[in-house]
Amino acid sequence: MLNKYKIVKDIPRMLRNFSCSKHLRSEELFVHRDSKDNNPSTPFEFTEANMTRLCAIIQNYPEGCQRSALSAALDIVQRQIGWIPISAMHKVAEILSMPRMRVYEWATFYTMNKRRFRGKFNVKVCVTTPCMLRGSDIILQAVEEATCCCAGSLSADGMFGVDTVQCQGACANAPVIAVDDDYYEDVNVCDVYNIIQTLKCGGIPPWGPQNGRFAAEPITGQTSLCECPPPPGFGIQPDLLQASTPKPGK
Amino acid sequence: MAGVLARIVQGTKSHLGIAAPLATISNGSVRFQQTESQGKTKFGPLADSDRVFTNLYGRHEWRLKGAMARGDWYMTKNILEKGTDWIVNELKTSGLRGRGGAGFPTGMKWSFMNKPSDGRPKYLVVNADEGEPGTCKDREIMRHDPHKLVEGCLIAGRAMGAQAAYIYIRGEFYNEASNLQVAIAEAYQAGLIGKNACGSGYDFDVFVHRGAGAYICGEETALIESIEGKQGKPRLKPPFPADVGLFGCPTTVNNVETIAVAPTICRRGGQWFASFGRPRNSGTKLFNISGHVNTPCTVEEEMSIPLKELIERHAGGVCGGWDNLLAIIPGGSSTPLIPKDVCETVLMDFDGLVAAQTSLGTAAIIVMDKSTDIVKAIARLIMFYKHESCGQCTPCREGVSWMNKIIYRFVEGNASPKEIDMLWEISKQIEGHTICALGDGAAWPVQGLIRHFRPELERRMEAYSMTHGPSKAERLY
Repeated sequence: MLNKYKIVKDIPRMLRNFSCSKHLRSEELFVHRDSKDNNPSTPFEFTEANMTRLCAIIQNYPEGCQRSALSAALDIVQRQIGWIPISAMHKVAEILSMPRMRVYEWATFYTMNKRRFRGKFNVKVCVTTPCMLRGSDIILQAVEEATCCCAGSLSADGMFGVDTVQCQGACANAPVIAVDDDYYEDVNVCDVYNIIQTLKCGGIPPWGPQNGRFAAEPITGQTSLCECPPPPGFGIQPDLLQASTPKPGK
Repeated sequence: MAGVLARIVQGTKSHLGIAAPLATISNGSVRFQQTESQGKTKFGPLADSDRVFTNLYGRHEWRLKGAMARGDWYMTKNILEKGTDWIVNELKTSGLRGRGGAGFPTGMKWSFMNKPSDGRPKYLVVNADEGEPGTCKDREIMRHDPHKLVEGCLIAGRAMGAQAAYIYIRGEFYNEASNLQVAIAEAYQAGLIGKNACGSGYDFDVFVHRGAGAYICGEETALIESIEGKQGKPRLKPPFPADVGLFGCPTTVNNVETIAVAPTICRRGGQWFASFGRPRNSGTKLFNISGHVNTPCTVEEEMSIPLKELIERHAGGVCGGWDNLLAIIPGGSSTPLIPKDVCETVLMDFDGLVAAQTSLGTAAIIVMDKSTDIVKAIARLIMFYKHESCGQCTPCREGVSWMNKIIYRFVEGNASPKEIDMLWEISKQIEGHTICALGDGAAWPVQGLIRHFRPELERRMEAYSMTHGPSKAERLY
């Protein structure tokens, strides 16, 4: 009797092996293994423009607090070559005078850091509940089919890397997919195919809501802010209009 | 994260059903300095002339010229010259409560910075992390009305004697950060911030710091850690950021919306702001309505507006009509859900929702109709919390992971009814025993589900045992 239930229980698990979505193994998050493309000797140098940008960003923080520029530094690396090899982390550690381990900590903690190449276009599908309620499961399936790439892996031609991500912060425009920096909101299955096709052909699909609305107003038309905005000084309080004597800098 | 991740000293828990974030200070109970309302009972649609965010939908120019035409940067110098006490008093009179989820009185928070300088500079940090599922209000402010935020930073900085503001914006918001950076550059060029801001003799800098994709960095101490270049792991409080914060200096962390309404409050008066909403829940709020509604949107409305009216007026009603409603999550994913009968009459403000055993949070309303698999929706939220847990403290790291495994078995009913009480107990063991409020944020949705949908859970378990025989849990326990 127990065996029958074991088989019945095992069938969904076996079937799951045939499905498309790949589960992210925890090793991917924390461990680095040297490989041909990703080892401490992998060549990496900031371009001159990027080095200027990085130096400007370091100026934003007080003297001695250049560690705060780590976020920007790794982001610049990612914009330059598409991902962050370990040699780039070492370079950043050297520039910001911090131990390499602190850079590894940052690189493994934050989800936007890509420690392996994620395709020319990294398509991210939000799967958290507000998007799920508006059909993100179907959108994910459509993205996987359109890019011929399972979530968590890379397409054969290296054009697309599909990832499932947590809430992207555009819930009133759900479902949302993000391609690199741009959000494609209010997408349906047709929109997904159009976007992926445009990217394949080298075009840039217009980002934002895909169903005709401009931002986060109701699709049937604005229910608020229908009048012109009031002019400067509207409703200003009398207390402010009185001439105030400047206080010595407090 | 604009969620309820601001843990405040827990006060009088005994007379509330849940450990709701209560504002207390260590030496007694809260007094909100606020004018009495005029006995208002109808909190209804806001007039456009009373709305603070006049470019919420991006219909007008967002740059400096357009912003000034809509009233931003008007008489800012006069406000700065009025000084710290005047500004903090206006905020206290207005009754503004933090819009990031915890609802701590802003005037009181800013007054904590009013202590003699000990040589360390003071900082303002603006929390634009907005990771709470359901919330998308700050992005509208930052891309369509960034000058309100920049001016707000200046005024808030003046009120607390800060020398610089760091706006921590989530890494995914690249285009919004771009708009904000342009607005800051325009303000610098026009002499509105920087040295001698607005000609008032006060020096103030504003910087944008981009995050890298972590919900936990919406928690104020984790945010400070993240700006310092470390992993976003929250600190224990005390010491509070007002004593030891960014770079070890006194810091105040506020949400974008809280800071962005400050200039309008100073211009139009705290009493004007306090005239909206019920006492101790005053002002206007940006609501995000998402999920199963006909026209999901972001809208600015008066506090204490009835939930039903809000959804029917602005979001086109629930899909399939109001009777098709199953449950609503009223304040972003960290708040417990409320079933339809509670939604009929509940008012959207802090006190009203606490009385309904939930919380206003970030006012991100997630509507679920009868077609929703409610257990799967909540299970998906717990998976979100498990993914976003920083891993520092055991109750959250292990407990949320455990809750995730259990609730996914509840989705298909592969569990015993005894496990419902076990899940409740686990959530109670996590809640209040963690370093930050992510543990609470994960525990509350589960408690809401069990409180209101226990029959649904039991029904699934029975249906499962009909087809598959007794579940493993049933056999073993």
